[in-house]
Amino acid sequence: MSFGQLPYDLAHLLGGAVLLLSFVLLYQRRIAAVINAFATQGALLALAAAWQGYVQGAAGLYVTAAIAFGAKAVLIPFALHRLVRRFNLHRSVDPALGIGASLIAGVALAGFALLVVLPATAGQRALAREDLALALSVVLLGGLMMITRRNLISQVIGLLSLENGLILAAVGVAGMPLVVELSTAALVLMLAVIAGVFALQMGESFQSLDTESLQSHRGEGE
Amino acid sequence: MSFVSALLTQLLHLALILALAPVLTGCVRWAKARLMGRRGPHPLQVWRDILKLLKKRPVLAENASAISRAAPYVALASAILAAALVPSFARGMVLAPFADLLLIAGLLALSRFAMALAGMDVGTAFGGLGATREMAFAALAEPALVLVALIFAILAGTTNLDVITGIFQEGALGLRVSLGFAAVALLAVAVAENARIPVDNPATHLELTMVHEAMILEASGRHLALWDFQASLRLTLWLALLAAAFLPFGMAPPGAGPIAWVIGLLVFIVKMAALGFALALFESTIAKMRVFRVPEFLGAALLLGLLGAVFLFVSTGLS
Repeated sequence: MSFGQLPYDLAHLLGGAVLLLSFVLLYQRRIAAVINAFATQGALLALAAAWQGYVQGAAGLYVTAAIAFGAKAVLIPFALHRLVRRFNLHRSVDPALGIGASLIAGVALAGFALLVVLPATAGQRALAREDLALALSVVLLGGLMMITRRNLISQVIGLLSLENGLILAAVGVAGMPLVVELSTAALVLMLAVIAGVFALQMGESFQSLDTESLQSHRGEGE
Repeated sequence: MSFVSALLTQLLHLALILALAPVLTGCVRWAKARLMGRRGPHPLQVWRDILKLLKKRPVLAENASAISRAAPYVALASAILAAALVPSFARGMVLAPFADLLLIAGLLALSRFAMALAGMDVGTAFGGLGATREMAFAALAEPALVLVALIFAILAGTTNLDVITGIFQEGALGLRVSLGFAAVALLAVAVAENARIPVDNPATHLELTMVHEAMILEASGRHLALWDFQASLRLTLWLALLAAAFLPFGMAPPGAGPIAWVIGLLVFIVKMAALGFALALFESTIAKMRVFRVPEFLGAALLLGLLGAVFLFVSTGLS
């Protein structure tokens, strides 16, 4: 193992911090706190991308970092905060699964990611493998958040933090073409816009952003 | 010669910790008051209170048993012993071979046990309430501490705090994700162990949600002084533990001369002041959480410790 080298250690630590923020997202109850945690995660992701750009000497990664910071740490949280204020959603997020249970499920998923990634990448550097495991854990935790929350805003944040995991995996791999990252970033912006429009429509029709109220409109009959 | 040096370090360390503990509590209170726009008591006020209370006779309830009389001494003795084990300004003290993290956790548990017994002894409602809550929190905080000890054990090959500090001081391990998780988990446990704000409010006797103050509500005079001193000692111990594990800069190596001691002492005081101020800032910016949310908070710390241990276990096992 080659520990003790600053470039890898710092990248590793930033990846760990992003994963930690994913757990904070699962832990928080209030919607404003969830949005702030998401913004922090975006900022940390931008930092990780910029650090990888510096280490790999790839200028394209600075663009990724700038997009991640602009979109995920500033624009999207700002828009979500406005949405929350508009619909008066300052109450708790009402998880479908309890906070404790979802945290336990999160740790299980992180362990699962580790077990899947490590054998699949045998022969690579230990730190690269752990980084990939961290990124996969972030993706899985984002999915978990989408499943366990009823509130539309929380589900959108789950989706976006899932995408944070993808970016984290992409920036860690040397030689990933910029096009891939740019298209993922563009995809996320589109997703955020669509989610925003959807939330507005839903808020106006149902006076709430609880996806439970969509159940009776699935067209399956009783 | 080396034994004399180690003994001298140990005695100096003990004297420093005993003298510093109430001052640190006073400084945290003062900083909190200033941050909230009050003038705040003098940092030495805690010492003055303790000295005044030590001269006063304790008033015990009629049905108090021997437990009420013995508990403060047991709690203080185990806290002093634990504080003697955590290195402050120099490594290689006489008791260093015994400075096992599990032993420190056990001594802290013993002092907590004595406090819970004292809370329940007289049979008042408040004391029992505080004791049950303290024990419920401890059931989650102690496993988290043990998991953090496990992470250190995997990384450093030992649970001896003195050796761990030495290994981290050399920086051979670099930054590790598991260490980051361990740091967050340890901070959460420290907050809970010292009855600081998100878990318990140290500045009130008037809340139904209080934990620490509820247990010592019946204590008075000399006993109250001992309880207060023990609480200050625990706070100092925890901050010293965090500093030793995660900020081991500037500590004098074993067998070093007085110059290294002076440097280590100055660095230690700066570290304590920084951590104390950070604590005051943290406490001023957030609100106390509901009692029923504390198990969630500590459960999250426990899970983080578990996650860090799993990461280390798998990565050291496979590569």
